[in-house]
Amino acid sequence: MITHPRTEELAQAVGAWIDQIRPSLDPRNAFLARVAANAMATIGRELTLGPAAQARAVARMTALLGRTGDQAGLNSELCAKIRSGELTLESPGLLAALQVMARDQLAIDQPNYRPEGTPAP
Amino acid sequence: MSVDVLAALPPLARRLGGEGAALAAAERLSGGASMETWAFAIDGPGGHEDLILRRRSAPFDPDTARSVSLATEAALIRATGASGAPVPPVRHLCDEADGLGEAYVMGRVAGETLGRRIVSDPRFDAVRGKLARQCGEVLVPIHATPPPDGLNLKTSDGKGELDRYEEVYRASGAERPILELAFQYLRRHLPAPVEPVLLHGDFRNGNIMFDPERGVVAVLDWELSHIGDPAEDMGWICTNSWRFGRPDRPVGGFGDYADLLAGYAAAGGRPIELSRVRFWQMLGSLRWGVMCLMMYRSWADGVERSVERPMIGRRVSETEADLIVLLEQGL
Repeated sequence: MITHPRTEELAQAVGAWIDQIRPSLDPRNAFLARVAANAMATIGRELTLGPAAQARAVARMTALLGRTGDQAGLNSELCAKIRSGELTLESPGLLAALQVMARDQLAIDQPNYRPEGTPAP
Repeated sequence: MSVDVLAALPPLARRLGGEGAALAAAERLSGGASMETWAFAIDGPGGHEDLILRRRSAPFDPDTARSVSLATEAALIRATGASGAPVPPVRHLCDEADGLGEAYVMGRVAGETLGRRIVSDPRFDAVRGKLARQCGEVLVPIHATPPPDGLNLKTSDGKGELDRYEEVYRASGAERPILELAFQYLRRHLPAPVEPVLLHGDFRNGNIMFDPERGVVAVLDWELSHIGDPAEDMGWICTNSWRFGRPDRPVGGFGDYADLLAGYAAAGGRPIELSRVRFWQMLGSLRWGVMCLMMYRSWADGVERSVERPMIGRRVSETEADLIVLLEQGL
């Protein structure tokens, strides 16, 4: 992997440039530019936080399903078992696993989002 | 199907304002993924008039796939207004001669619709504590409005909504365990049947105009109006995606459940249990999650090319973070 620059640094540079030109844009494009800058930030977070999040998800799903596999395969099986009712809210470890996976994905997608149950700032 | 709105507005100004009237200003307001909203003004023999043009801009949208036509929307605004609901005055329903596609014009009502400002701007500090109760109150005339004849509004209940969103979710091809669990949970906790009423269908912070002194001044964006469980409108405004960073204030990020329910009952609405609202709130998070998936799909399928669409797809995880807490808490 090239480190000079790292991929997340490229994303960071593009995001900073978009922010720089935003004030010169009409309202609609200024809005879309903000979305684009946010997309670059998401890419950066996925690159830095993604591998550990993926490892945690795989570990949790492996324990729940009692078999090894890749993330996509395990995720697919997990969905099927919830849909069929084989795994429910009461199944040991399911809620805890889903909490970890939800928190990790939110940290990548929207770190500033305050989920249900967060106390007043 | 590109329409040059700026070119179509001057003739519209003459049509509305009469001979000698001219377009005084026009600006597209940002926000709104499937609808365009333009602020414009006309100066004419009758004086100055500030107006809003609302027109459909996207050929496809998960919202609009079930939405009513703008002509129906205008009819609903007139009908609920006649029942006493605060709504903007409908000024003109656009036709072919206007060259604006599906659109209507309404009078511009002064106030704030940006959810984040209502939740956190100090200008709203004094009135904020009254808003949840007012939201309960304004739902009463809406729910009491007899659906106007000939509109063919859809009727749905909890099971019907779950069926529809599950179908959309399956068609998206996404596999999201938390959404799966939420579908299963809600199916096992369907509320008892209730007499269906006219619903706004998108009653949330962002679609309601507030004044810093008076509170609620107008209920906007009627395109998802349908007939169903009155608690649906209450659950949607309690969905955390519309609390703008204040999950500790369940109604719109500005108030408490008890005030919403009390305002509804005090204004003559049939009392509604909190667990019923929580069912619809949870279904609201699930619904928004599925809608986010569909917005991504419309981009992936090449129907919509705006960068906004795939980024909205990344908002599914906010609904998952909310749903997992609701699943743990129960209704």
